[in-house]
Amino acid sequence: MSKTNTHEILQSKAFKKLVTNRWNISLSFTFVMLFVYIGFLLLVAYDKDALKMPIGESLNLAIVVGLGIILFSWLITGAYVYWANNYYDEAVKEIKKEII
Amino acid sequence: MSLNLLLQISPEVSPSTLGTANPISIAIFFLFVAITLYITYWAAKKTKTGSEFYAAGRNISGFQNGLALAGDYMSAASFLGIAGMVATKGYDGLIYSIGFLVGWPLIMFLVAEPLRNLGKYTFADVVAFRLKQRPIRIAAAAGSLMTIAFYLIAQMVGAGSLIKTLFGLDYEIAVFVVGIVMTSYVLFGGMLATTWVQIIKAVLLLSGATILVLLALAKFNFSPGELFLSVKSQYGADMLAPGGFITNPFDALSLGLALMLGTAGLPHILMRFYTVPDDKAARKSVFVATGFIGYFYILTFFIGFAALALVGKDAILGLDKGGNMAALLLAENTGGSAFLGFIASVAFATILAVVAGLTLSGASTISHDLYVHVVKHGVSDEKGEMKVAKRATIFLGILAVALGLMFKGQNVAFMVGLAFSIAASANFPALLMSIIWKGFTTKGAVWCMVTGASLALILIVLSPTVMVDIMGYSEAIFPLKNPTIVSMTSAFVVGIIVSLLQPEKEAADLFESEKLRTYLGHGSEK
Repeated sequence: MSKTNTHEILQSKAFKKLVTNRWNISLSFTFVMLFVYIGFLLLVAYDKDALKMPIGESLNLAIVVGLGIILFSWLITGAYVYWANNYYDEAVKEIKKEII
Repeated sequence: MSLNLLLQISPEVSPSTLGTANPISIAIFFLFVAITLYITYWAAKKTKTGSEFYAAGRNISGFQNGLALAGDYMSAASFLGIAGMVATKGYDGLIYSIGFLVGWPLIMFLVAEPLRNLGKYTFADVVAFRLKQRPIRIAAAAGSLMTIAFYLIAQMVGAGSLIKTLFGLDYEIAVFVVGIVMTSYVLFGGMLATTWVQIIKAVLLLSGATILVLLALAKFNFSPGELFLSVKSQYGADMLAPGGFITNPFDALSLGLALMLGTAGLPHILMRFYTVPDDKAARKSVFVATGFIGYFYILTFFIGFAALALVGKDAILGLDKGGNMAALLLAENTGGSAFLGFIASVAFATILAVVAGLTLSGASTISHDLYVHVVKHGVSDEKGEMKVAKRATIFLGILAVALGLMFKGQNVAFMVGLAFSIAASANFPALLMSIIWKGFTTKGAVWCMVTGASLALILIVLSPTVMVDIMGYSEAIFPLKNPTIVSMTSAFVVGIIVSLLQPEKEAADLFESEKLRTYLGHGSEK
């Protein structure tokens, strides 16, 4: 690939959109994860009694929230993989087809 | 950092068969060593070039790498330590394990794909990509080697004490066995052998823990609810809710940041992303790893409570005041001495695999970052580099044994926390800023890494973790148990200020062309 070609790709609308989208998604997901985790820590620090609330006969809110965060962490990585496989990779393919 | 990660063991009060030579665990352990050494022999034939030694020829699939990543992360400390923490402190153990897990989604969102596309063998490849090689390599190698050394000490000391309890073997002999076997994996089989050892161990650990939970739940009619009710009736409802683990929110946040972001700065974890063919596989491997690690922590949660309900708190604390023997006592309680032997040998295999990963990552830092890019100014002759890598492996093997012997009986629990703290403060900020910020400069990166590593180190010595718990002072100079909230923030701030004060035009220009590689994988290592 020649130097001008490189410049063309970097300046192309499609490429710029790709980079912006990628970080919009990653940073939003990062903030959601930080929010969930830090929110949990603060809840534990400031309101332990709320977490003692019974749920059903044998469970309480603390167990449901704790195990829920583990499940959520996995699902949110899954959501990212889904987005990346279906949208990001497609956009990369398009850019490579058009310009390189 | 919790005292639970420390394996302080007093086998003389053992009411069980723990601490005596269990023929089944010795047989299973020898079988594991025999199989893994055979794999090493097979891998040795395929390990000739640098890319094969450091990165298994980049032929590991996304799923395999996910299992290997999980294997690297599920150490004996997290298996025995977290189960023990749940068994003695209840719900608080879960808060701790959640901290270890939530770093994984961040690895996915922030570093996995750019790391695979930009780097070759170490994370310093990414930081140095458009900056001046020598200063960056030296600073990054210092951060990596510190992280690896502290992690290694904790693992080796844990290994010695654990094996003594499990097999009745002398501490010193145990440390030598671990040192020799893991050095053979790395020296002869490189990354290919290390990866397969990690995969086998991950499968053994996950299936062993699953069987343990099923055997335990069978006593509660396979109903987790009945298990929780039994814990509640014996020890009160408070056992099932947060207790004294988090009292000061700053402490909690600081530890939380260390666990979360430190994961994204552990050199032996980051190195694994170079073993897969491309960024798509890197992405898949994080998803697989997160799933298995999350599942594993759910299992340890149940193992801890089941041990509490079936074995009892007094019996667990009687054997080890940190509670570390909870999982093993539960195994004996539910499956007899044969199953205890199986779980014990899995724990041993776990330590072996983790120290092998650490050693390989240390060896690649010494040979690839320091020898090739600092001593040889980047002009690498593959034969020379491999020679240095192999010598570094032998050196690190000897060092690991020496450190294990030196720290025998010492309180090394804080060292895992320190390793995470340095990883979060020195490695992670530099790695992240080099990926996303155009204005990041060589000086900024060096100052960022130096600030993060030295603050983490100095502040932990001045913290209650070391000053009060180890040195015995009544009060500490620095109030928080974990320094990350200060050391990591300072690393970011210093890195940004130094970069802004003295911009580096060449680095900013290169950032543009680097984008083709970061986002399209154009020119990435194949």
